[in-house]
Amino acid sequence: MSTLVIAEHNNSALAPVTLSVVTAAKAIGNEVTVLVAGAGCGAVAEQAAKVEGVAKVLVADNAAYENQLAENMGLLIADLGKGYTHILAAATTNGKNFLPRAAASLDVEQISDIVRVDSADTFARPIYAGNAVATVQSSDAIKVITVRGTSFDAAASEGGSAAVEAVDAAHDAGISSFAGEELAKSDRPELTAADIVISGGRGMQNGDNFELLYKVADKIGAAVGASRAAVDAGFVPNDMQVGQTGKIVAPQLYVAVGISGAIQHLAGMKESKVIVAINKDEEAPIFSVADYGLVADLFEAVPELEKLV
Amino acid sequence: MKVLVAVKRVIDYNVKVRVKPDNTDVDLANVKMAMNPFCEIAIEEAVRLKEKGVATEVVVVSIGDKKSEEQIRTALALGADRGILVETDESISSLTAAKILKGLVDKEEPGIVLLGKQSIDSDNNQTGQMLASLAGLPQGTFASEVVVDGDKVNVTREIDGGLQTVALNLPAVVTTDLRLNEPRYAKLPDIMKAKRKPLDKTTPADLGVEVASKVATLKVEPPAERSAGIKVASVDELVAKLKNEAKVL
Ligand SMILES: Cc1cc2nc3c(=O)[nH]c(=O)nc-3n(C[C@H](O)[C@H](O)[C@H](O)COP(=O)(O)OP(=O)(O)OC[C@H]3O[C@@H](n4cnc5c(N)ncnc54)[C@H](O)[C@@H]3O)c2cc1C
Ligand SMILES: Nc1ncnc2c1ncn2[C@@H]1O[C@H](COP(=O)(O)O)[C@@H](O)[C@H]1O
Repeated sequence: MSTLVIAEHNNSALAPVTLSVVTAAKAIGNEVTVLVAGAGCGAVAEQAAKVEGVAKVLVADNAAYENQLAENMGLLIADLGKGYTHILAAATTNGKNFLPRAAASLDVEQISDIVRVDSADTFARPIYAGNAVATVQSSDAIKVITVRGTSFDAAASEGGSAAVEAVDAAHDAGISSFAGEELAKSDRPELTAADIVISGGRGMQNGDNFELLYKVADKIGAAVGASRAAVDAGFVPNDMQVGQTGKIVAPQLYVAVGISGAIQHLAGMKESKVIVAINKDEEAPIFSVADYGLVADLFEAVPELEKLV
Repeated sequence: MKVLVAVKRVIDYNVKVRVKPDNTDVDLANVKMAMNPFCEIAIEEAVRLKEKGVATEVVVVSIGDKKSEEQIRTALALGADRGILVETDESISSLTAAKILKGLVDKEEPGIVLLGKQSIDSDNNQTGQMLASLAGLPQGTFASEVVVDGDKVNVTREIDGGLQTVALNLPAVVTTDLRLNEPRYAKLPDIMKAKRKPLDKTTPADLGVEVASKVATLKVEPPAERSAGIKVASVDELVAKLKNEAKVL
């Protein structure tokens, strides 16, 4: 048995979520190989080789994988993946994009977004916006799995010394091309990796008022998130959405400001260690999951919070 | 150009589902069902493509038991031209759904296939990608903008870091994200008209697909419940608790 982990990266750095996927792979109990597919991604391969518990790193360094287009990644992973019993990727927008293509090519199911490994063929995953957790068992020859990063601790990024091997497989489906991207620039920590997250909802009223949250965040090193309503209204960009269909976060501290607490929002944050809710409506459902609830007008409470932290 | 849209019947998104006491599944008896919200967005986009003169026909398909007809009728009321029910009483995995849809893509030869990015029951987020793979088509997943340009379609995608645009050769598969559009409501006359629109029925077997899954559900449990904590009276008290009690500041 052996597991292939698909690395998440931007051609220069290995994303921390990959360390959590390696931990899930180790829980399955197999020898772990990491595939780094990209262009000019040698530095990523070196980082992957140092991860504790990684036995081998495959590098597919080719223009076809520069932007990890799903069409090309799917072919590459299906091709290399034949030699493994498990193929794992992070349940990020990247992993969710290409991994099902590989699964279908291999004629196997994909098990999405696992939060627990019970054995080499049995895994737990949330369904219905996290209102239920299913334990599923796969009898497919190759288990193709995406992993919820926040549910697994990160493997140590130092300490390993895996062999790095180049694979020369240029799969270019030739049916799609990268046409550009607009990446959010922020000096704040990444939402899914931050120890503290402060999120704003419709109660923030507009994008400018998010400044109130940014100020607090910058004082305590927090990331800033949002509810769908705040994103839909254009207050903040889509990459800040926390929830069933946005990002899943599980920080030490989650502060929900002007967020009512719809199940779709809770699905993305209820695994946080400590939850604080600031809402002027004492009946807001968010209070039913909050460790500390403050019934107050956010426009008074948040500036005060900024002074006190 | 023909547009094929896949819609799934799921639990209404407002319902908080409960796990059955015997832990075999969630309890869907007497629960309100509806069209998967992402599929509503897919239908809306298809209808807009038709209104813009890009699409000539919108065909809607659902795979499920007889009751999925309701969701097809809803799509017809929203502007789809014709429906196909792939009838089965068995539960369908994403891979099987993708195989069935691949069979219909071969038959109907659409220019664009629109699906939701995710079903809100299984939360799988795979069927569109699997269909694209099986059919050898490019994919634009988690779309927030779809622009057809000659023999290509440009899809702007909601990704973790922001937005990405890909150019896809047609035919292509597109899966919808929340910001793609705001679905309209069906008007009463359209609901009446929809009853007369054609709705064909077929089965997975007719399309040469065996309904099977290699993934078995062993049990379904409620998530670990969080108990509500306490209310604090002031920001002062809140900060003190976070520092001294929870020790997270
Ligand atoms: C398919 C689907 C997927 C979805 N996915 C997600 C998702 O991933 N993430 C997500 O968040 N939502 C998601 N939703 C939307 C979700 O159902 C809710 O509509 C949304 O979370 C509501 O956002 P909100 O709490 O900011 O807004 P509201 O529900 O409008 O709540 C605003 C809150 O702010 C409070 N407030 C207002 N003014 C003040 C003030 N001055 N001071 C203090 N409090 C104030 C109000 O009391 C209220 O509780 C999804 C919905 C669907 C159908
Ligand atoms: N039984 C089904 N009938 C029709 N469409 C489906 C079905 N299952 C999945 N789909 C489509 O695939 C999308 C994603 O579903 P999933 O991969 O299950 O999250 C849905 O939004 C639908 O567009």
